Amino acid sequence: MMETIEHPYAKYLRATMMPHIWCTGCGNGIILNAFVHALDELQTDLDKFVVVSGIGCIGRAAGYLNVDSFHTTHGRPIAFATGVKLARPELEVVVISGDGDLFAIGGNHFIHAARRNIGIKVICANNFNYGMTGGQVGPTTPLEAITTTTPYGNVEHPFNLVHLAAASGATYVARWTTLHVRMLTMSIKKALQRKSFSFIEVVSPCPEIYGRHNRMRTGLEMMEWFRKASVIANFSDPAKAEITQERIVVGEFVDIEKPTYEQLLYEKMAKLMKEELEAKECG
Amino acid sequence: MVDKKVVLTGVHFMSGDVACAEGAIAAGCRFFAGYPITPATEIAEHIAARMPKVGGIYIQMEDEIASMAAVIGASYAGLKAMTATSGPGFSLMQENIGLAAMTEAPCVIVDVMRGGPSTGQPTLPGQQDVMQAKWGSHGDYEIIALAPSSVQEMFDLTIEAFNLAETYRVPTLLMADEVVAHMWERVVIPPAEEIKIVNRKKPNLPPEKYAPFMPDDDLVPPMACFGEGYRFHATGLTHNEYGYPRTQDSDAQMKLVKRLCDKIRRNADKIVRVEEVMLDDAEVVVVSYGIVARAALSAVKKAREQGIKAGLIRLITLWPFPEKHVARAAEKARAIIVPEMNCGQMVREVERAAKTTPTYHLSKLGEEPHAPMEILEAIRRYG
Repeated sequence: MMETIEHPYAKYLRATMMPHIWCTGCGNGIILNAFVHALDELQTDLDKFVVVSGIGCIGRAAGYLNVDSFHTTHGRPIAFATGVKLARPELEVVVISGDGDLFAIGGNHFIHAARRNIGIKVICANNFNYGMTGGQVGPTTPLEAITTTTPYGNVEHPFNLVHLAAASGATYVARWTTLHVRMLTMSIKKALQRKSFSFIEVVSPCPEIYGRHNRMRTGLEMMEWFRKASVIANFSDPAKAEITQERIVVGEFVDIEKPTYEQLLYEKMAKLMKEELEAKECG
Repeated sequence: MVDKKVVLTGVHFMSGDVACAEGAIAAGCRFFAGYPITPATEIAEHIAARMPKVGGIYIQMEDEIASMAAVIGASYAGLKAMTATSGPGFSLMQENIGLAAMTEAPCVIVDVMRGGPSTGQPTLPGQQDVMQAKWGSHGDYEIIALAPSSVQEMFDLTIEAFNLAETYRVPTLLMADEVVAHMWERVVIPPAEEIKIVNRKKPNLPPEKYAPFMPDDDLVPPMACFGEGYRFHATGLTHNEYGYPRTQDSDAQMKLVKRLCDKIRRNADKIVRVEEVMLDDAEVVVVSYGIVARAALSAVKKAREQGIKAGLIRLITLWPFPEKHVARAAEKARAIIVPEMNCGQMVREVERAAKTTPTYHLSKLGEEPHAPMEILEAIRRYG
């Protein structure tokens, strides 16, 4: 009789949710893979781990992970995660979502969570377009790129996400492509070991929906672009971390510590409660 | 059981907004996320001062959309959570109120109604959001909405709202108005042990057997929270009992959405509360709620002094609508009068329940709520 051996990472995934919905050549599987490796290498307590996602292709990742998970309304995972983190600061709370969800409809929540330094970790799969709805222009679509709603070429200037994150106050900021699997895993591990608001952008191929309109029909062709264009420039100025056809600047950009919102809040709360108790005892 | 140390037991003189905040704290609310808006701001201000002293969280979010999302997050993390707003913010919250209904997140939303539409009249009272309370988010769902008529009820019904939210795992709305919120009145806060508090049902199954959306006989599923070792998934997508998406499955949609509605509809008799005054022989019945019901009561009493057989139904529960109470009173009545600070909203529900009994709407917008005399005149005219 054949012996069934469970895959060593099976415990991190909900087998009942498979098959996944992602297309051939999509980078989301690579991101999930790096994430699971990071969980494993850190021997993470999965009972104290919450993954929150918004709407979009990568939004399904929350459901695929065998942890407490919540799939929110479009654009709101960070606001939802803020509620979770403040209510239960001892839980590790990670948001995994896409560029449209986090930076178009949800952009306001991102900058404010970074500013407050809520101790959540945000991983953004940046595929340059709205994949799930069939490939419309988004806040990271490069100039002149063809999408279903920019059929004559995009005239919107895209966000530089690492620059935005750094300017908003994020304490850890990194960008990798799905080609940089080891660096990505390292960054996820780093983020998970920190207390402060951390942001990782993952430039991710979307050949079926985005690449096909932009002369990159397969995942391989998109990865080829990442390979040729990527330049590692650790701790360089995030303002200059461009993503163009010729150059994708990747690396770690910010790595600082400052007290988190929940730390400051709970310290204040403890002090006030102590004073209240003492006042009652005296009175 | 209420934490004795945090309840302000005693007789107080306070505003409706402050009474609401104290009601929330007494009910065990330990998370508030909100955004400043007249005339609900004082709820946030009082909570901000009180919450850290009782070990609770106050956070001012970047907008009302975020506030509602954070409230659902805190609820799933195990805290009793609320937000407070007014019309414009209430509109922004609607999508996530739908998420709370879909994921059965117990939570309380206070809407201190002002004049609308749009920015409208921020400092003046209105009752223009009562249909939005019922139908504001897309799709089919049921919620519970209560309407306080006094500062005392701002305290009492806030506690009631938490109890109902926890019992039925449903977003529960406190539909107050600017007058009730800003008015100062005597409030009696009972000793902690006399306050009835309900907490959500917890699962008694081991994690491997737990299905987060598998209901009990009352159609309400026991609720595990994040970090308790159940490792469950929840989504705004149509889902099965395990919380897994079922976006192409019509049976799953039918089963889930019907249950979300039925858990409130089938329990409506237990949820619905009204105050009935002099209805036994009433030929003219006034149906009213919120601050307007105070004037209505006064008008009904004056009508009786003048020999007119008038009575009052005060709706404490707006949703589910107290249909049976209105129908019963309508059978004997010649006319029903519905004074409202809007262009005609709850009157449609009253009309539906009253069947053939003529129903008249008494609309008032802007400035002040109806004066007793205005309602009395209507009683004499239609009765």
